[in-house]
Amino acid sequence: MQGRTTWLLLAPAALWFGIMLVLPLCFIVVFSFGDRGPAGGYVPAFTLAQYANLPSRFAVFRNTLTLAPLGTLMALVIAYPLAYFLALQASPRWRTLLLILVIVPFWTSILIRSYAWIFLLGGQGIPALFAWAGIPLPRLVNTPFAVLTGIVYGYLPLMVLPIYVSLDRLDKRLLEASADLGAPPFRSFLQITLPLSLPGVATGCMLVFILLMGEYLIPSVLGGGLVFFIGNALVDLFLQSRNWAFGAAVSVSLVVIMLITVSAYMWLMRRLGGARDDVSLM
Amino acid sequence: MTDKIDHISRQKFMEELRRYQKGSVTRRHFLGVTGLGAASAVLAAAVPALRPRPAFAEGSIGDKVVLATWPNYHDPADFDAFTAKTGAAVQVNVFGSNEEMLAKLQAGGSGWDVFVPTNYAISTYVAQGIIDPLDMTKVPAYDAASFDARFAGAGTVDGKLYALSKDWGTTGMAVNTKMLNGLPTPTSWKEFWDMTMGPFSGRTMVHDYQLTTIGNALKYYGYSFNSLDPKELADAEKLLMAAKPHLFGINSDYQPSMRSGDAWMTVCWTGDASQMHRDLPEIVYVVGKEGGEIWSDFYAIPKSAPHPEAAHALVNFLLTPEINAKEALFHGYPVADARVNKLLPPEIMNDPILHPAAELLSTLEFGAAATLTDPNRAELMARFKSA
Repeated sequence: MQGRTTWLLLAPAALWFGIMLVLPLCFIVVFSFGDRGPAGGYVPAFTLAQYANLPSRFAVFRNTLTLAPLGTLMALVIAYPLAYFLALQASPRWRTLLLILVIVPFWTSILIRSYAWIFLLGGQGIPALFAWAGIPLPRLVNTPFAVLTGIVYGYLPLMVLPIYVSLDRLDKRLLEASADLGAPPFRSFLQITLPLSLPGVATGCMLVFILLMGEYLIPSVLGGGLVFFIGNALVDLFLQSRNWAFGAAVSVSLVVIMLITVSAYMWLMRRLGGARDDVSLM
Repeated sequence: MTDKIDHISRQKFMEELRRYQKGSVTRRHFLGVTGLGAASAVLAAAVPALRPRPAFAEGSIGDKVVLATWPNYHDPADFDAFTAKTGAAVQVNVFGSNEEMLAKLQAGGSGWDVFVPTNYAISTYVAQGIIDPLDMTKVPAYDAASFDARFAGAGTVDGKLYALSKDWGTTGMAVNTKMLNGLPTPTSWKEFWDMTMGPFSGRTMVHDYQLTTIGNALKYYGYSFNSLDPKELADAEKLLMAAKPHLFGINSDYQPSMRSGDAWMTVCWTGDASQMHRDLPEIVYVVGKEGGEIWSDFYAIPKSAPHPEAAHALVNFLLTPEINAKEALFHGYPVADARVNKLLPPEIMNDPILHPAAELLSTLEFGAAATLTDPNRAELMARFKSA
């Protein structure tokens, strides 16, 4: 009886993952050892040529592996004070309103919001304001800076919410006790608030980082074809140059890089001790 | 709520029905006064199967047709007219390269009924078994004799007609002359690339596909636009890689950036140039004097088209000279159909953007089929974009 319930509970997810994740992944691995077809596409083969060609895509791996962690870090630096304010400083009435405002951007497609950034960063947007004030800016659109702005903006709510939750659950009596025992506020923050909010920080960073590593849309809209992430190189390989075998090899490398970085990150979090048993990935 | 009782009395309804039956009023008038039109429209919106199926000229072709085409390439009003005439709504998917269209069709399940390949892509579609010869009994609007064979010829492969000429054009460069600051307007691809790496650094755009971007880099050295020679391609790659840090963007949809003034110069198709020049006269169009691309686009129907009847009906509609003339006025590309050209105003027929001087046209090359599938050109372009 127990076993059957377990199976019934797990069946939908297992089926979904089996068909939608494991099966395509198997195809990708098989393709990555194949060759490009004469008119593009894939022909079966067994060769390591695709993997040997990976260094030619050094720039996209470099872009992704610098901009994704940098974007995560910037989102964290901006999100933490906001979450702190929401959880510990804002009055309950304002808090609800402000939390709704954090979520409001999700009501519109990220595509439309990214297009809006083209106008904001374009010559008639923010640079025009600066020029009017006598400060000439270099070009902003289609630069790594534009992509970074876009990803930090796009993923900020995903960083704010988990940190907010962990700060909101914080036992406020600990802060009172700390103050009673004579600790100045900054010390209480360092020794109580910060360590207890680390699970939220870990979750937020993980969430944002994983999504950023696979990001395609924001670099393609705000990078103007000049700032490629691995995702953009993949779309290009599958849809433009139609080298599915090489595209598959790049995909497999992305999966491997993700496995390594995410495992290292989780190991580090455990080592730091900040992330206790209740570290959740979501 | 209003007090006016706007439903029709029984007696009046019968009177109107008689008038309609006698033919003294139109069907539209009858449906309008009786309110039946509005009622069936409301019902149809909720229950598609209840949509009226009037006897359209093309017969019953279903309620939907999917068209894969290029940016800024059709007058939406013409699609509305097609839907009003046949009952089939046109769903439009926009693409920026032949490579992308080929990839979607190779992968299968595109769901397209009609798509718009360029001359050099058609033989590959035939060889891959992706398109079928057209059923010309369903495209009576097409009159082969009135089409210029230079532009319509690529639609015929092995003696069979696979694709019908939509329009043609050149690939030159559009330059915002306001930004030149006294410099001369570039006239050649050599000057295009030198400007890009010089005074126009950070302000130039190139297409997001291999044929023209690599082709116009080959032209810098005076090589053929279609070259597959490894040494010549290596030279082109060197130029592209050197120019990349100076580019504003790699994107086939360059109108927004050119119009906003963020980009000052771009590789450009005829129609985009005439659309931009119409609104911003300072944006001029130049055909590189070493040559470059001349091309023609076609309507073709994939084997896998879910609505082949509607597909033929749509092609037939769009190639009807009156409609095709409206399309040409909208998209600003020249059309190969002499019947259409007779309907167009003389200023369009004399426009140097649409019809460059003969000595400029003579240096241009049609894209070669081999460039579409050549692995070296594909990989070069992918490397350039991933650099």
